[in-house]
Amino acid sequence: MSAGRSTSAVGSTSAGRGVLEGVAPQPGVAKPDPILVLDGVRRRFGGLTAVDVEHLEVQRGMITALIGPNGAGKTTLFNLLTGFDQADAGSWSFDGSDLAGLPTHQVARRGLLRTFQLTKALSRLSVVENMKLGATGQRGEGFLSALISPLWRDQEREIEQRARALLRRFQLEHLAEDFAGTLSGGQRKLLEMARALMAEPAMVLLDEPMAGVNPALAQSLLGHVRTLPGDGTSVLFVEHDMDVVHDISDWVVVMAEGRVIAEGPPEAVGANPAVIDAYLGTHHDAPADEGEERARLEDAEARMEAEATSTSTPTRTAGDDR
Amino acid sequence: MDWGLIFENGLKAGVGDFAAVFALAAIGLNVHFGYTGLLNFGQVGFMAVGAYGIAVAVTYLGTSLWLGLLVGLAASVVLALLLGLPTLRLRADYLAIVTIAASEIVRLMVRSVSLREYTGGSSGLTQFADDFYAINPFAPGRYGISPITFTERQTWLLLVAWLAVAIAAAMVFVLMRSPWGRVLKSIREDEDAARSLGKNVYWYKMQSLLFGGVLGSIAGFVLAISTQSVQPDTFSPDLTFFAYVVLILGGTARVLGPVVGAMIFWMLLSATDNLLRQAVRQEYIPTAIMDGVQVGQVRFMLVGLALMALMAYRPQGIFGDRREIELDVRR
Ligand SMILES: Nc1ncnc2c1ncn2[C@@H]1O[C@H](COP(=O)(O)OP(=O)(O)O)[C@@H](O)[C@H]1O
Ligand SMILES: [Mg+2]
Repeated sequence: MSAGRSTSAVGSTSAGRGVLEGVAPQPGVAKPDPILVLDGVRRRFGGLTAVDVEHLEVQRGMITALIGPNGAGKTTLFNLLTGFDQADAGSWSFDGSDLAGLPTHQVARRGLLRTFQLTKALSRLSVVENMKLGATGQRGEGFLSALISPLWRDQEREIEQRARALLRRFQLEHLAEDFAGTLSGGQRKLLEMARALMAEPAMVLLDEPMAGVNPALAQSLLGHVRTLPGDGTSVLFVEHDMDVVHDISDWVVVMAEGRVIAEGPPEAVGANPAVIDAYLGTHHDAPADEGEERARLEDAEARMEAEATSTSTPTRTAGDDR
Repeated sequence: MDWGLIFENGLKAGVGDFAAVFALAAIGLNVHFGYTGLLNFGQVGFMAVGAYGIAVAVTYLGTSLWLGLLVGLAASVVLALLLGLPTLRLRADYLAIVTIAASEIVRLMVRSVSLREYTGGSSGLTQFADDFYAINPFAPGRYGISPITFTERQTWLLLVAWLAVAIAAAMVFVLMRSPWGRVLKSIREDEDAARSLGKNVYWYKMQSLLFGGVLGSIAGFVLAISTQSVQPDTFSPDLTFFAYVVLILGGTARVLGPVVGAMIFWMLLSATDNLLRQAVRQEYIPTAIMDGVQVGQVRFMLVGLALMALMAYRPQGIFGDRREIELDVRR
């Protein structure tokens, strides 16, 4: 069962960019066909404002990167959107319907799925069972119908085929019968993403899908992310590696200290003084000449790269980050 | 030493009424703990409401035993809802605290003076299961394979009790291979992951608590009908922990784990009891070390030692999968 997949999906990444050609690169700018619209979303932890988003629209059928220094509030924003945490204020709509306040499982059923910064593989279930759990609308998930296997056997077979096909695409097929707990960190990231795709979501929120993944796996993971819009799944993903962001995203949203401070096409955000400020942590005067600006840009990018490597080693406790 | 008698009594205990009672209670715990990861430390509470459900319905309300069974089932459903509604949204430890407390509340309530009129107070109720023995199809005599034989009343009870065990185990077998069981297991592994995939974790935990609790109340039925009596102090927290021992001995999250665990547990208890008693009587063990009265306690020590050895050499239990134990490190 498809969970309300978009019908107006834009074919490919390059086509995706065309749609946003005329959109001004300003924080909170309106998009032609937004799938996710946030208004005044705020979350405080004691005196700390973790998230404070005035207005944000995420375009349907493309890949949007969410970047920002550590502690910018990206994970907290994902938690709010998916019902893992409650916002203090604000509203947001997904695919035209209001999602604020809905419990997590209902958010997922409306087609908005997320993955976790620290993976959540179901260790003592096999890889293929992990995948099958992701499918929606399973008839055998009711207590009474579960007792009568003819009611769900055919559907189960269809789900299993779909799971194995996805595992093949994610190069995990040879591990299908293994306990998920035996997978490497990178393989878990792949599994978690593949498992979310079993629900055929209209949109996925990927929290640092590439962190801790070895380069070879990261390449294939990137390849998979790139195909998602073509399959009708919009993507919002958190990433620190600017090469990756340049490579696959159609649009970039920059957060710092809970606020959206910039957005625009990937080429443009790196040059944005506000973004450079956020990563350098200090205010700078306007660059004197082109040479200085280029030097500053390189400096900022180097910082972002440094963030990418520093965050791939988890420094916080498991309970902190969903 | 009469080894034949020790062996004979051990086998009888292994297929006896208590083995069936604990098999049922542990199958319920297996649904809670083994498959869903719910820490229910009050399984004896479900056994108590089941047992008292029939006893009070028959004795005080004057209903038939059969209607009493429905009362017992309904009581266990109510208890599961009372326990689950406030705690299943919270962390796992809250359920553990609330269940052990609730099972003690049930015991103290049924033994209280103010409810004596209905529950018989500390002496309990007796002779409420005549309906069951009235339909005994077995003619008077002894049944079984000599020397393991039972009276016609025991035979009838054991037949029905083990049939209930078989049905419960078969249900668990089917359920845990279904998508429903898959959701339970995913909650055991990581409930946030299950939630993020659209599963209503709260409702599944509640279903698990209900199903395992109902099995606990059926264990209570068997206990009450077998002894034709209910007494509040039978239902002390020890029973829950015996059920855990049975479950861990057999292997958690295994369909037959609790069944075989219960049989072996009662065999061991009976064998150590007989062995010690004979040893004391024939003065192999001087009374300075232990007398006949202390046998009851010492046998639990020995069974405890045996369990420790099992945990050291086979932590997965008899049927468990060692690989699963090794994976059981939350990262
Ligand atoms: N449960 C929490 N309690 C208190 N502070 C939190 C909690 N979760 C996140 N924070 C704080 O909120 C800020 C944003 O965190 P987070 O969303 O994890 O950032 P990011 O994912 O962008 O690195 C950080 O300062 C973090 O310490
Ligand atoms: Mg984060």
